Amino acid sequence: MLELKNVNFSADGKHILKDISFKLGAGKFIAITGPNGSGKSTLAKVIMGIEKPESGQIFFNGEDVTNYTIDQRARMGISFGFQQPVRFKGITVHDLLNLSAKEKLSSKDACNILATVGLCANSYLDREVNASLSGGELKRIEIASVITRGTALTIFDEPEAGIDLWSFNNLIRVFNEMREKLAGSIIVISHQERILNIADEIVLLSEGRIAKIVPHGEPLESFIPVQDVRTCCKL
Amino acid sequence: MDKVVLDKFDSALLKAVADLDNMPTGAFSLRRNGQPVKVNITPNINIIPKKDKPGIDIYVRADTKGETVHIPVVITESGINDVVYNDFYIGKNADVIINAGCGIHNDGCNDTHHNGIHRFFLDEGSKVLYVEKHYGEGDGSGKRVLDPVTEVHMGKNSSCEMRTTQIKGVDSTIRTTNAVIGDGASLVITEKIMTHGDQLAETNFKVDLDGFDSKVQVTSRSIATENSTQKFVSNVNGNNQCFGHVECDAIIKDHGKVISIPEITANCVDANLIHEAAIGKIAGEQIIKLMTIGLTESEAESEIINGFLK
Ligand SMILES: Nc1ncnc2c1ncn2[C@@H]1O[C@H](COP(=O)(O)OP(=O)(O)O)[C@@H](O)[C@H]1O
Ligand SMILES: [Mg+2]
Repeated sequence: MLELKNVNFSADGKHILKDISFKLGAGKFIAITGPNGSGKSTLAKVIMGIEKPESGQIFFNGEDVTNYTIDQRARMGISFGFQQPVRFKGITVHDLLNLSAKEKLSSKDACNILATVGLCANSYLDREVNASLSGGELKRIEIASVITRGTALTIFDEPEAGIDLWSFNNLIRVFNEMREKLAGSIIVISHQERILNIADEIVLLSEGRIAKIVPHGEPLESFIPVQDVRTCCKL
Repeated sequence: MDKVVLDKFDSALLKAVADLDNMPTGAFSLRRNGQPVKVNITPNINIIPKKDKPGIDIYVRADTKGETVHIPVVITESGINDVVYNDFYIGKNADVIINAGCGIHNDGCNDTHHNGIHRFFLDEGSKVLYVEKHYGEGDGSGKRVLDPVTEVHMGKNSSCEMRTTQIKGVDSTIRTTNAVIGDGASLVITEKIMTHGDQLAETNFKVDLDGFDSKVQVTSRSIATENSTQKFVSNVNGNNQCFGHVECDAIIKDHGKVISIPEITANCVDANLIHEAAIGKIAGEQIIKLMTIGLTESEAESEIINGFLK
């Protein structure tokens, strides 16, 4: 359902994604992991259309979407949960969920969605999606805005960041439900072992390149390059 | 002046500025084309026309609760220059809503002016919610000009919230608001302005926090589009133990221009005053986020603007 062919991306003269190719089947769950700065978020943004690759192609359900805008891809069935949630002045949590759902959700429906990300809805629905919410709250609202859409492909960028244990268990349940109910495909960028463990495949990114694709069940440790941090600081 | 027949412009303007489909119930005073046309009073709220100049005195009896005073103004004749003086006397512990608004329909080539000079005198413990909408329309080359002047005198432990909105069609406006706040009294001002074309909007706030534990919160949210210009000047003086917070948030588009001039003066060591101002384009990441949930770029932009001005 998703295929990347030789995707390259550069910014500010820096080659960030190098010749990325992979396929994701319908209903599959892949995890992308790798060191900070290896290009994981950039890869997700290229799939969503937020960044345009300088070469290579992206296919979604057989259609070449390389030159499609963000909203075209969104309407075709791609969703993306930001690593750093965006804040808004004046747009409430309820507004954001309505926009995601493309309908006016009743308070009850909106509550149910928030409950799946561990937020007690009554106290959140009318809050603005702004800096008065904590990082973890914003992150969960971001995830809620994505799962509300129930699209064929959903990309989560480090969803575990700022989320407590209770919600974390829920998050895993959410992933499982998305796969069962929607036959949806999921890409999760994560460092969390528990998320990596439930993935069908783990894509290991290193310096903008796919270093390894590890099938479910195989140990990952041996593939993670151990980098001596001190070498980075050498002048 | 008892029977009032509203034409279609009057009705549309009333709807726009006061959300009224009909003549309101309760206390009201409707002013049209520079003339008072209808006044209604209640046992608790008296409205008396001024003798020496255009305008009315509004007296709200002490302990009045839950009543609304409507004072809409509509102008449909081109070239009117209307200045009106309205004084509000709010009795002790009264709690009322004042719904004001001015709508101008100008199809002619002459400028239409309306200047509402409002003075509020709040007695001890009284509470006022003042809601005001300014709106202009019409195809003429004549300008629609509104220059409101507001004076607020707040007695002990009184509270006042003023919500002013100007979203469309006013070519030029200079708003002047002066407030003197007494012991334990609290003033909240929220203004929302959107300007288009070559419009000009200027707001001047001067607040004297004279009372012990007096408070003021001013929030201005504005959007300047096309070639319009906005200027926001605030001047808060902390003359006692007090709290003042001024927040000016502006979005600029096209060639819009916004000037924000803060002035906070602490004349007392226990004064606590904050000014925050931010001017900028709509954040690109906000548009991107809304596009990732399926909105087009222009849908995303209007959602962001609607939310900002909500
Ligand atoms: N628009 C950009 N301009 C310049 N550098 C960028 C841009 N986007 C990302 N980078 C750089 O590319 C590298 C990969 O970033 P990112 O994809 O965010 O990594 P990850 O998510 O794996 O931590 C980083 O070194 C980052 O600083
Ligand atoms: Mg990242």
